[in-house]
Amino acid sequence: MTFHVSSSPHVRGVETTSRIMFDVVIALLPTTLWGIYWFGLNAFLVIVASVASAVLAEYLYEKLMKKKLTVRDGSAIVTGLLIGLNMPPEVPLWIPILGSFFAIIVVKQLYGGIGQNFMNPALAARCFLVISFAKYMTNFTVDAVSTATPLYVIKTGGEFDLLDMFIGRCGGTIGEVSALAILIGAAYLLVRRVISVRIPLSYILSFLVFELIFSGRGLDAEYYLAQIFGGGLMIGAWFMATDYVTSPITKVGQIVYGIIIGVLTGIFRIYGNSAEGVSFAIIITNLLVPFIEKFTQPVPFGMGRKQFSFEKKGGKA
Amino acid sequence: MKLGTFKGGIHPYEGKELSKDREIAELEVGGEFVFPVSQHIGAPATINVKVKDRVLVGQIIADATGFVSANVVSSVSGTVKKIEPRLMANGSYVNSIIVENDGLYETVEGYGALRDPSTMSREEIRAAIRAAGIVGMGGAGFPTDVKLTPKNPDQIDYIIVNGAECEPYLTSDYREMTENPEKVIEGLKIELSLFDHAQGVIGIENNKPDAIKRFTELVKDEPNIRVQALKTKYPQGGERTLIKACTGREINSKMLPADAGCIVNNIDTVIAIGKAVAHNIPLIVRTITVTGDCIKTPQNFHVRCGANYNALIEAAGGIVGEPEKIISGGPMMGQALFSTDIPVTKNSSALTLLSEDAVAKEAQTACIRCGKCADVCPGHIIPQVLMSYASVGDFEGFEKANGMECCECGCCTFVCPARRNLTQTFKLARKTVMANRRKEAAKK
Repeated sequence: MTFHVSSSPHVRGVETTSRIMFDVVIALLPTTLWGIYWFGLNAFLVIVASVASAVLAEYLYEKLMKKKLTVRDGSAIVTGLLIGLNMPPEVPLWIPILGSFFAIIVVKQLYGGIGQNFMNPALAARCFLVISFAKYMTNFTVDAVSTATPLYVIKTGGEFDLLDMFIGRCGGTIGEVSALAILIGAAYLLVRRVISVRIPLSYILSFLVFELIFSGRGLDAEYYLAQIFGGGLMIGAWFMATDYVTSPITKVGQIVYGIIIGVLTGIFRIYGNSAEGVSFAIIITNLLVPFIEKFTQPVPFGMGRKQFSFEKKGGKA
Repeated sequence: MKLGTFKGGIHPYEGKELSKDREIAELEVGGEFVFPVSQHIGAPATINVKVKDRVLVGQIIADATGFVSANVVSSVSGTVKKIEPRLMANGSYVNSIIVENDGLYETVEGYGALRDPSTMSREEIRAAIRAAGIVGMGGAGFPTDVKLTPKNPDQIDYIIVNGAECEPYLTSDYREMTENPEKVIEGLKIELSLFDHAQGVIGIENNKPDAIKRFTELVKDEPNIRVQALKTKYPQGGERTLIKACTGREINSKMLPADAGCIVNNIDTVIAIGKAVAHNIPLIVRTITVTGDCIKTPQNFHVRCGANYNALIEAAGGIVGEPEKIISGGPMMGQALFSTDIPVTKNSSALTLLSEDAVAKEAQTACIRCGKCADVCPGHIIPQVLMSYASVGDFEGFEKANGMECCECGCCTFVCPARRNLTQTFKLARKTVMANRRKEAAKK
């Protein structure tokens, strides 16, 4: 008989990259289904087109470049799905398809594929599309009726219903409208320990503090809740900012990262032109991740302040 | 009682139910016994017998060479057949004394003679431990008498008995704690008598509630011994994590437990101390778990050192199915074997036969920076960062990123969803760094 010989350990846990990716897909299902239900057929087609084109882009690139195929790890599905969820419901289908190809090839594969990109592919694609095709990307018309997003309504001094916003009965991109559906998915990710609350909570809290100080709205609770539930902040905080590849690995770094995104989102929303600003806040902070990590390295066990010494204890009793 | 624990760690499949409920079987085998001169950390022992010499049970057949070294004691009586290098569990060939067991088990004079440790001086106790060839049996094999002779004996506050047994599949410590708890206490008391103000702590994971209960009862009238229940989590039985959980003190890789006033011994070692000092029986028998899904009757044995692993497999009912991986030790830190023609040594703890090699099953993929490795690392270092240095051979960067603080426990490899061989790569990097350091030192 011959036996395998290798260095220890000899056992593995159950978690794999594809399992994590499919957990994210499952967690995105509530908001996906709500988006399709609320916006109708075109929303469904947008999502199918963006997922299919992301997977196809990954497959084609790796095939042409003779690289190992990684389609089965599910990461392209997640990217495609996030792109679809970030589209206005009535967008022409070539837009998400272009976005998926841009995300997978330019943002992800050109930098070395999974794990190597320094910007969130879905968000970078969204920013690319918003800047290039603003006409399509900011048109939230559904069934020929123009429905402004809640944050646009607030910015222009209109009326809005907070409960409708929370449930998702309002305008916006396909996946961002229902805070409730997003929170259900986020709860699933927390239970499965795919994400921790460090990034989302520090993001939301720092954003809230910034708004409290600089928005000039005093203690208008409805305004602040609308700011949190609207404009893609929820899907951004729970599903985009938590992207492993483009967020810090250190625990302290994750909190710092969340705080920076929160502050940037606040700046963009209060002083910027657009009412949203989440996408730009996250991808700009993505670029700071190496520096955040550099300055937030943990102290190893038994070193620094916690290292035991008899001198510190004042000698032996 | 507050559970002792540490930050990080994992919960692998325990596999202890396979062997934990069977009593330890006494195993006697005939034939060839192999005694390597290096079963410990430190200088190899010096052989003092010749081919054709007759040796007895308890006879020192190779003497400790220098301070950090250990005697090798024959576990059988018989004739020295050969002296030649033999294969060890770690894959190296080590010069060994091969004795043909005559089955008479004739002992040296004074073997098994009762002694009262309370009448012995500390020097006599240490000498008895040294003569018995006792080494740390948790795996490292550090000579126990050296451990018990710290630079500042006055600073020793705790003697910790490691009953965590966090390694999956292993149950030998559990069986000893269940069947021979008073022997553990006997050995611990002898150790405590070596120091002026040391307290004994028996650390046991809470997946062994009966052992915790039993020991708590046994020490209720011992003012300076306490039982510390530990949260069941791998690697709770690691030296540094155990000290942290039992005393709250933290040491790094450059420190010895004694630098934090602690001495840590494994269950078998403590029992061996009691036997050596109070009964004049050297370390010649080991408790070994033979287990895994490819063993017919997984169980524990008391077996004489020098016996062949194949005899253990046979005694446990033989192999069922086709083992893909055979491990000396447990699956987290054990050594994979390419041959089972290997002798039981002082630091053998288990033989695990697995039908599936989980590590070979899946290929490494790219790191997705999930950070799970950092979450579980008991050394609070970031394996992901270490890997970025180690995998390209940047050993300077590896050291700067605290690579030498890695205890090689395997948690990072276990959790990695990208199936990266982190621990394996770090082991190689650490060996290289240590070899480079030795080279540097030699130059000076």
